Amino acid sequence: MKIRPLRCLFLSSALLLSPFMQVQADTADKTIALSNNYAGNSWRQNMLGSWKQTTDDAVKKGVIASADAFTTGENQATEQAAQIQNLILQGYSAIVINAASPTALNGAVKQACDAGIIVVSFDGIVTEPCAYRISMDFKQSGLDQMDYLAKRFPNGANILEIRGLAGVSVDEQIHSGIVAGAQKYPNLKIVGSVNGNWSQTAAQKAVAGILPSLPNIDALVTQGDDGYGAAQAFMSAGRPTPTIIFGNREEELSWWKKQKDANGYESFSISSAPSISSLAFWVAQQLLDGKQMPHDLLSPAVSVTQDSLEPALKGLEKGGIVSQVYSVDDVATLTSPSAH
Amino acid sequence: MNASTSLPLKGAAVKSSGLNYARLLRSALPGVSLAVLLITIFIMQPRAMSYMGMNLMLNLAVPIALATVAQMLIITVNDLDLSLGSFISFVACVAATLLDQHPVLGCLVLLGCIAVYALLGALIHIRNLPSIVVTLGMSFVWMGAAVLLLPAPGGSAPEWLQSLVRIKTPLLPFAIIVCVVLAIAVHVFLMRSTLGVVLRGAGGNPLAIAKAGWSLLRIKITMYALAGTFGVFAGLFLVGLTTSADASIALRYTLLSIAGVILGGGEFVGGRVSPTGAVLGALTLVLAGSLLSFMRISPDWQIGAQGAILIFVLALRMSVNRLEARPL
Repeated sequence: MKIRPLRCLFLSSALLLSPFMQVQADTADKTIALSNNYAGNSWRQNMLGSWKQTTDDAVKKGVIASADAFTTGENQATEQAAQIQNLILQGYSAIVINAASPTALNGAVKQACDAGIIVVSFDGIVTEPCAYRISMDFKQSGLDQMDYLAKRFPNGANILEIRGLAGVSVDEQIHSGIVAGAQKYPNLKIVGSVNGNWSQTAAQKAVAGILPSLPNIDALVTQGDDGYGAAQAFMSAGRPTPTIIFGNREEELSWWKKQKDANGYESFSISSAPSISSLAFWVAQQLLDGKQMPHDLLSPAVSVTQDSLEPALKGLEKGGIVSQVYSVDDVATLTSPSAH
Repeated sequence: MNASTSLPLKGAAVKSSGLNYARLLRSALPGVSLAVLLITIFIMQPRAMSYMGMNLMLNLAVPIALATVAQMLIITVNDLDLSLGSFISFVACVAATLLDQHPVLGCLVLLGCIAVYALLGALIHIRNLPSIVVTLGMSFVWMGAAVLLLPAPGGSAPEWLQSLVRIKTPLLPFAIIVCVVLAIAVHVFLMRSTLGVVLRGAGGNPLAIAKAGWSLLRIKITMYALAGTFGVFAGLFLVGLTTSADASIALRYTLLSIAGVILGGGEFVGGRVSPTGAVLGALTLVLAGSLLSFMRISPDWQIGAQGAILIFVLALRMSVNRLEARPL
């Protein structure tokens, strides 16, 4: 049962790759390393899985010599800076980074650039100008959530915001989109805010803690990996379940599906696709191949609507996240923010 | 390792050379383990055996070495500093914001930090408080202050600081020179000078030091102020390397510094410490990380493997200790 989609995937990527084979021969002896700062949630696990799937395939096809993944143990910038310096020493041709801090790695990134290494950062990006950045439009994804709620509640609503890890730039950006949305639609009122730390259990605890002090909540805006936990908190408190915006996680979508079948529950789900790591891999490979690209690239978010729920759930394994496998073709479709 | 000279001299003098041999082995252990690590790295990754390679591997070790020396000074007087990591993070935030924009104010704040450390020493001594509790509390204070100063990662290290830590010295990388100078300077001060003997004595036998007319209060204040100074150096060096700061940039330095001191042959009580050992211990910790990365050990196993290296070195030391304690 599992083999068939895999076979389709191999076939399709082989078909997609075939016209490029001639060009890609140039990178056959090149090596790419992934420096990752954290692996402790489902998004990151999927991200690493997607990296492995794409790169294993690319290595087998001779597109690239090797593409190893390295994760730091403690999610600290100094540790990752040391890791990047080790990768420089190991002589990788390109380093792909999901960074612990947008700024604290700049010293190490600059050293890599000076050593002639191509640096591509994604998701957690670095600000050093010599590196390339592939970011999801996080602010837009926050705004998209508010746009949906404005349509759902034309007469206004009380909203609880679940934020991510305090002090991380992604949290700051999604939050800024939500704030922008609240200004755009003055009748959507944000009545409370908690940190769910992008973890269902942490979100459940945080929401349960703040619930008694809150008025009636109509909707929840989230950052992913927190919607299911929040729903549990509302259920155990015996409060009516609000409209929860989900973050594309399998458990969230299954719960949504169950509610949809039982009582016609309506919602919306949006998150960055963890397969952005495979996109970053292809960007690095294309750069190694001599392609010119702008240093800032935007990758769109993936969303699931009431109608696309069933197709999105189909084929999604337990603990998975709605994702799309990127191929080398997708690199060409990336936009730079200035083009907006 | 003449730290133990404050122990009963009669016994030590009478015992035969076997004991000296064990003691020699014990003090050589940090150096030997570092050498073994380095040689393994050179065999696995010959590229590391160059000026650039050593610089890349070791420049982030300097702030850890400085932090380890700071921790060692606190451990010398039988205390433990659990706030060191957040303190260094705070210093890094000050350096990336205040020191860059208002140099005078920045310097004053950094001097103030050292004064706070001195005050902590006084408080711990006068009220006879457990240092672990006081410094644990302080770690939240430093962390909070750092977040207030720099709510989101950013800031920029002063230009002079960035160029200072990137100096290209002839022959040996700057990082190695700093480590050697640091080890020798602290060794001479703490192990060879009269004042150093008194300071260590305050950890080994406070009663005797007090009876000899030294003020334990002043000794604690001195040690804490010195530790604060080295903490400030660590923060400045770190932020020079990373070019910008965030409030949690050095949190892991608390445990790393303690591990470095112990790895370098120090003990938690009794004023038994070794400055050269502490610096070597810090370097060993950093290189262990490099080695694992060169060995391409799966990320899932790396953290555990790092711990295993630590336990292995400590187990070696325990067996050497047992050799030393065995009656002949």
